[in-house]
Order: sequence, then C-alpha cells, then structure tokens
Amino acid sequence: MNAQSPVSGAGGVRVDLLLIADMIEPGARVLDVGCGDGALLEHLAQTKQADGRGIELSQAAVKACVSRGLSVIQGDADQDLHDYPTQAFDYVVLSQTLQATHNPKDVLEHMVRIGRSAIVSFPNFGYWRVRWQLMTNGRMPRTDTLAEVWYQTPNIHLCTIRDFLALCRELGISIDQQIFIDRAGKPGRIRGGRLANLFADLSLFRLAQTKWSL
Amino acid sequence: MTEALDNQISGSERARRAGPSVTLGTEAPLLLDCGIELGPFTVAYQTYGELNADKSNAVLVCHALTGDQYATDTNPVTGKPGWWHLAVGPGRTIDTDRYFVMCANVLGGCMGTTGPSDTDPQTGEPHGLKFPMITIADMVHAQAMLLDHLGIEQLFCVIGGSMGGMQVLQWVASFPERVFAAVPIAAAARHSAQNIAFHEVGRQAIVADRDWHGGDYLVHGTHPAKGLAVARMAAHITYMSEPSLRRKFGRKLQDRSNLSYGFDADFQVESYLRHQGSTFVDRFDANSYLYITRAMDYFDLAADRSGRLADVFTNSKSRFCLISFASDWLFPTSEVREVVHALNAVAANVSFVEIETDKGHDAFLLDEPEFHDTVSGFINGAAEHRGLHAR
Repeated sequence: MNAQSPVSGAGGVRVDLLLIADMIEPGARVLDVGCGDGALLEHLAQTKQADGRGIELSQAAVKACVSRGLSVIQGDADQDLHDYPTQAFDYVVLSQTLQATHNPKDVLEHMVRIGRSAIVSFPNFGYWRVRWQLMTNGRMPRTDTLAEVWYQTPNIHLCTIRDFLALCRELGISIDQQIFIDRAGKPGRIRGGRLANLFADLSLFRLAQTKWSL
Repeated sequence: MTEALDNQISGSERARRAGPSVTLGTEAPLLLDCGIELGPFTVAYQTYGELNADKSNAVLVCHALTGDQYATDTNPVTGKPGWWHLAVGPGRTIDTDRYFVMCANVLGGCMGTTGPSDTDPQTGEPHGLKFPMITIADMVHAQAMLLDHLGIEQLFCVIGGSMGGMQVLQWVASFPERVFAAVPIAAAARHSAQNIAFHEVGRQAIVADRDWHGGDYLVHGTHPAKGLAVARMAAHITYMSEPSLRRKFGRKLQDRSNLSYGFDADFQVESYLRHQGSTFVDRFDANSYLYITRAMDYFDLAADRSGRLADVFTNSKSRFCLISFASDWLFPTSEVREVVHALNAVAANVSFVEIETDKGHDAFLLDEPEFHDTVSGFINGAAEHRGLHAR
C-alpha cells in the first residue's frame, strides 16, 4: 500500500520511518497501521526495545513479518481499528497509508483514540511539482512519492497539508509536532505555513486528541 | 458384518498399541462440565525431544477430531506416519531438537485415553452411552492434569488445528498463565450451525446402523462400521474445498472407461470417499466419534462470558498466532477474524495470517510451505522472547 520514498537512510530504512522512530521513546507500545514488510517495527524493536504490533493488508507482507517474529495481523485500517481499546498504545503510526484508506476521517479519529499519540505521514498533493504537472500537462500528476498511474494507484483520498490541518481542526486533534520533507528527502529545511504546502513532498505529523467526545 | 469385526482392533490390542499412559484423578477427580466427577482416568500420550533443565521448552500439540497422540513417527495402529509428521520432528516446523513436544489422546478418545469403549469397572462392561458427556474444556483440564503430573508449570507453546485449535483457545481461556505462546489453526471460538449440522448427519448415520445397538455394540459383538464410514465420508467432504476436489478428481472415472449405469463407485471421488470411510472404521470407535463431535458442537468460548469473546482473553499475556486458510469453509477466515478482533479488543499480542491455498480445512496437515514458514517463524520469534536459544 505504501508509496516508495526515493531516499533511504541508515540500514536501508525509509527516511520518513527513521523520522517516525525518532519521535518514539524506548520501550513504548506501538501499533503500526499498514506496516508493510515490518521495517519500522523491526527498527523500533532493535533500537528502542518497543513493544510493537502491526496491521497489514498484503498476505505476503504479513507472512514475512510473522516469519521474522513480529506481531502482525492481516487486516486494514478501515476494518480493524475499531476493535482496539481506547489509549491501548503509546503511539499509533500510519505511514504513507492515510491517502489509501476508504475513510481517512474515521481512521484518524480511531488513531488518536487508540494511541496517546498518533503519527501520520502522507504525500502532499499541494506540492508544487504536483500542481505544475496538472496545470501544464493536464494529466494526473506522477511524482516519486506518487509513482503509480491513476488507474492503478491505491491512493484514493489524496490531500494537501492544508486539507489535512483543516480536518484535524474539525476533529479537535492537536498538532504536537510537524516535519516537512523535501524532494531530496531532507527534513527540516521547510518551515510551516503556506510555503510548506507548496514545497513539502512528504509531511509528517504527531497528533493527539484534545477534546474527547466519548 | 463379520468383515468389519475382523478388521476391528480389539480393545486390549488397542491399549497395547497406545503406548505410555498415566492414571490421573486418583486423589482428586476431574469435575466435568456436565457435573459428573471423573476419576481415576487414563491419559495416553507421546513425547518427542527432551525437556530442558528449567522445563521451559514444552510444546503441547493438540490433535483434531479423529487424530491421536501419534503426532509424528509411525502410528502403531495404522502403520502410517503420524498425522502431523510434516510439522513435528527434528528440524521441522515444530523442531523436536529444540522443543519437548507432547501430544495426548483426548478425553473420550479411543487410543488409550479413557473413553466410551473402556470397561466400566462397576459393571464390567463397556461404558457405551453411560460414559459422561465430554467438553473441549474437559479435554484441556485433563491435559493440564497431565502437565501437573509431568511437573511442567508453563507451556512454551500450545498448538493445534481444527478441534486442536479449539483446545488451544480453551487453554488460554482456562489457564492463561500457563501458556506463553498459542497457535490456534483453522479454528473458531464457537462451532457454527453449519458445522453442528454436518456433525449431526454423521451421528445419525452411526445411530441408524443396526449394529450400533443403542451404543452397546461391544456387548453385542458388533461394530457400526457402515454408519461410521458414512459419517467419515460426509465429514471428509467438509475438510476439502470444491477447487481441490475438482483438481484431484474432477469427473474422472474409477478403473473404467464408461459409466456403469449402476451404483458402483463410477467416479474417482466416490471411490476415494469410500476408501476414506472404510479405512477409518478400522482405527476409530463409533461412540468416541459421537462424544467428540458433541464436544465440538458444545464449544462456545464466549458462552460463559455473556457472549463477549474479548472478556475471555482479558487476563491473557500469551503471544498469539492465528492462521486461517482461504479455501476453508468449515472454519472460514471470517470466523477466525472474530477471534482476532476479540484479541485486539484487549490489546493482546496477536499475529494473524490467512494462507492462500485451495486445499481447504485440512491444509494444516499438508505440505503447505507458506503455512509451515509462518508457524516456524512465529515459534522462533516467540522462543527468542522466551529466552530459548537455538542449540
């Protein structure tokens, strides 16, 4: 489900996953939604002694995870999050998967319910290269983070950073940390605001629920 | 009828072949779910591999409806390899070089553990239908008493498919602290209406056999082989999938080039089922079949917890790995997922994989590499967490 980011960091782990790992303190309980081949979970287990669980759609990926001793269930964000108890995890991670869910709003709400913090990364559809391609070619944009053609992409709910922030406001979700990643895979060179929405290829947010509507 | 009798192995011969057994419940009987106290009773079991010094490498393999304690090596009754020889052995999925593997014949069975074909010491006759009703929980309690006898406090792993998987789930429900890792395979938290229905067809076939004699066939010197064979044939269909039947048999004819225009086994699938039925009656007791199918029908893990399955697992610290098979219509993935959801609801440590295969429910007994890779990977991972290091 995950789009492939062009740049890999230490040990071949994707840059956004390393940034996510930096947000997580040792020994934390982590639920990785759409965990793919378990790269983040394994990294967290090795470097942070985290108690990690995963949810992944692909049978082959789940099998690979379980065969490596990771605790992963075959399922998806839309179907399987509602079972988890409130505040059961320290972190619920959704890396480059939000745009592929059927109901991103429900998924976000469940993430901040299940976790003390939710960590979400997604490709920014407001990125200037995306806008430029659509404007000049009149064709659906394809970038390194959004590589598939329109009829094959799993990404059905793309959004811009501003769209995402608006949804968080609507849901009473606070932004505790934000990191914008440029095309070179370098974080931190872009500050917030409208420029981020234009220049960030990928964005990463740490979120929490501020008002409880239970 | 005489042929059936000739083929049948006598009770004493069966006991001889059952191998090691232990008498349990002598001091304190086992209180069965039906309210009857059972004791003393016998449990026949096999072990493979060696128990380590701190007794932390014990694996309990739970067998399915018609299985027995001979999980691997040669089954002395059938002369064939044990029912899970593909999974249990040196270097295999459940590695007997690393783990001490136990498998016990279930309560109500007919391979040496106390069951309806045993002689009632009070009457000197076989129990027959006077044998108390057995549940999956009773089977598990008997296994726990076996562990007490062997001095094993905690199992590193409990694993089993089908009814074996039911026992695994029951183990976690009844003795959460005694299970480090649990692998229920192709099993649900309750027996479905469809499954009960198929069992009832089998039971009625046995009961309708004149040689059954109200369950007292041993007293009458008969054996309801016809009924038991039909029960096995009906059940065997549910263990396979339609695609696997089509792949294996299609409409191919058996030893002939034309239809017979009669009721011989024209089709290969008929011949196969008849063979399954006739070989089964040589090794299995009809009343045991009635009792054990009933135990499966009665299985409903959430029944005691006002229907909320998650409450069953509240105290569980075990690591779980649940496995379903895409073409299994006896315990379909949807029912296995219900257990996964219940485990998620208590934030249990759970893995779940649906294996893509057309081999149906019985896939866990077969050479299905994806399945074996998953199980061995999970067990290795759990062993690491348990501090069991490879030799």
